[in-house]
Amino acid sequence: MPSVVSVQGLRKVYGSTVAVDDVSFEVLEGEIFGLIGPNGAGKTTTMECTEGLRQPDRGTIRVLSKDPAKDADELQNRIGVQLQQAHLQKRIKVWEAVDLWASLYPQTVDGDALLERLGLDTKRDAWFMTLSGGQKQRLFIALALIHDPELVFLDELTTGLDPQARRTIWSLITDIRDQGKTVLLTTHLMEEAERLCDRVAIIEHGRVIEIDTPAALVRRHCPQRSVAFSTDWDGSTDTFQTIQGLDSVQRADRTYTLAGQGDDFVTEVIQCISQQSIRVTDFRTILPTLEDVFLELTGHGIRD
Amino acid sequence: MILRGFWKLTWIELKVFIREPLGLLATIGVPLIIFLLLGRSIGPRMDQAQRLTTFVQVTLPVFASMMMAFSAATSLISIISIYREGGILKRLKATPLSPQTILTAHVFLKLSLTAFTLGLLFLAGKRFYPIELETNLLSFTLALLLATTSILSLGFVIASAVPTARFAQPVAGAILYPLLAISGLFVPLDAFAPIWQNVAMLSPVTHAVSLLQGIWSGEPWSQQLLEVGALLANFTLCTAVSAKIFRWE
Ligand SMILES: Nc1ncnc2c1ncn2[C@@H]1O[C@H](COP(=O)(O)OP(=O)(O)OP(=O)(O)O)[C@@H](O)[C@H]1O
Ligand SMILES: [Mg+2]
Repeated sequence: MPSVVSVQGLRKVYGSTVAVDDVSFEVLEGEIFGLIGPNGAGKTTTMECTEGLRQPDRGTIRVLSKDPAKDADELQNRIGVQLQQAHLQKRIKVWEAVDLWASLYPQTVDGDALLERLGLDTKRDAWFMTLSGGQKQRLFIALALIHDPELVFLDELTTGLDPQARRTIWSLITDIRDQGKTVLLTTHLMEEAERLCDRVAIIEHGRVIEIDTPAALVRRHCPQRSVAFSTDWDGSTDTFQTIQGLDSVQRADRTYTLAGQGDDFVTEVIQCISQQSIRVTDFRTILPTLEDVFLELTGHGIRD
Repeated sequence: MILRGFWKLTWIELKVFIREPLGLLATIGVPLIIFLLLGRSIGPRMDQAQRLTTFVQVTLPVFASMMMAFSAATSLISIISIYREGGILKRLKATPLSPQTILTAHVFLKLSLTAFTLGLLFLAGKRFYPIELETNLLSFTLALLLATTSILSLGFVIASAVPTARFAQPVAGAILYPLLAISGLFVPLDAFAPIWQNVAMLSPVTHAVSLLQGIWSGEPWSQQLLEVGALLANFTLCTAVSAKIFRWE
């Protein structure tokens, strides 16, 4: 598949702060690609250099085969941008913003239909300052999509939203991809990255430390999975030592937690439980997530 | 395409401006009120002193006009800093609108509002002002627009230099009003120490005042070449400086 964004050896320094040290990645056509990492990792800086809003100090960037620093004018018609921190005039109405943006591009989609798709049709005449956080975000998505761009940049668009609003926006973004567009986004939320992104790049201290699909990252870095069950059974933990791939067994009160590796591990545990005729009142499998991968790779959680 | 965007942006900015009652009052109401109230309260006593007559005949209209230019400049400065801090400028920069187009739309809007307020002032003056207004409105409008443009460009330099929106307006006031005090509008220039006279000669406010006084009193444009030249020079210099130091965020 052709690459839509290609970043090689990007570096950007603000005064004495190295915001982006050495970042390289490729975004392929039709995928949702996520940059994930803790605060200050350099995600926004990387995005803004790619969007042509900032001049990199070093490195090569190609967006739709163009150099964003040089061909900004041409690219602006083909990319849609949502910034992490953006505002509009306090008293601009929703439809006026959409109308203004629509007047700037040679080709646009129908603004009213777009507002409706984003659930903003009832807010057409509301002032920007009166919108809720989620509504503002949806308006910015509308502005990023008004000219039907091939590539959409979304910087932390669900931060600060409630779970409901977040889910709505996730399905919007999946829709964008399903229309054949490419999405480059950043997020702090590992759940978001896991659900939404086809591939992710984990960034820390201005460097990319891993790139792959969320599932592959989990398999590679956190192959261990756990099974936890509650029971009245009062046997020894040694009973489980025969299970293949078992790493550890822990018992807390009436709950046993078995950790192990391998695709058959959960099946093995179930077989063992049924062979021993253990009566189970609760049973859970705990699969590692991107959050665990992050912890494993960086030694700290994403919010630390 | 860009032209369409320019007009649309100007139109939207006008609507957004009108939706804020305080801004509307400061821009249009204050000069008008100062002009009419002061004029009417001094009018009846005019015959008692030549000083008061000059005040009503020339100083007050020019003062009201300078208030318009200043309010255009301070509101431009605070708009730019608020837009910059809020990321509005950055968001607009990520569209095909060029930065220059955005700023031009704002300057254009400010100039239109200034011309509009001046028109109102004339109309109200014809009806309520204690003396007959004999000035050529077209000539005076041109003079005021030139003066305002030059002061706006100084405003751009201030807007580029102030760090935050909160300080933008006070800083602008702290620079513009003292310049007005030494501009020769209220007190003749030669009453000041030489150093202040030199500062005054370099200040666009002084030349704006002098130009407006001249045109208001019916002097021909040919006598205003120095003032016009100084205002244009100030505009060129300030535009060049702010193009160098302007920040988008
Ligand atoms: N305009 C700026 N001037 C100076 N330093 C900056 C600027 N923008 C970012 N930085 C610094 O560069 C580093 C990277 O910032 P960046 O905004 O790219 O991080 P981020 O990964 O997007 O963080 P977050 O998750 O908080 O949005 C940070 O240390 C930040 O303080
Ligand atoms: Mg960021």
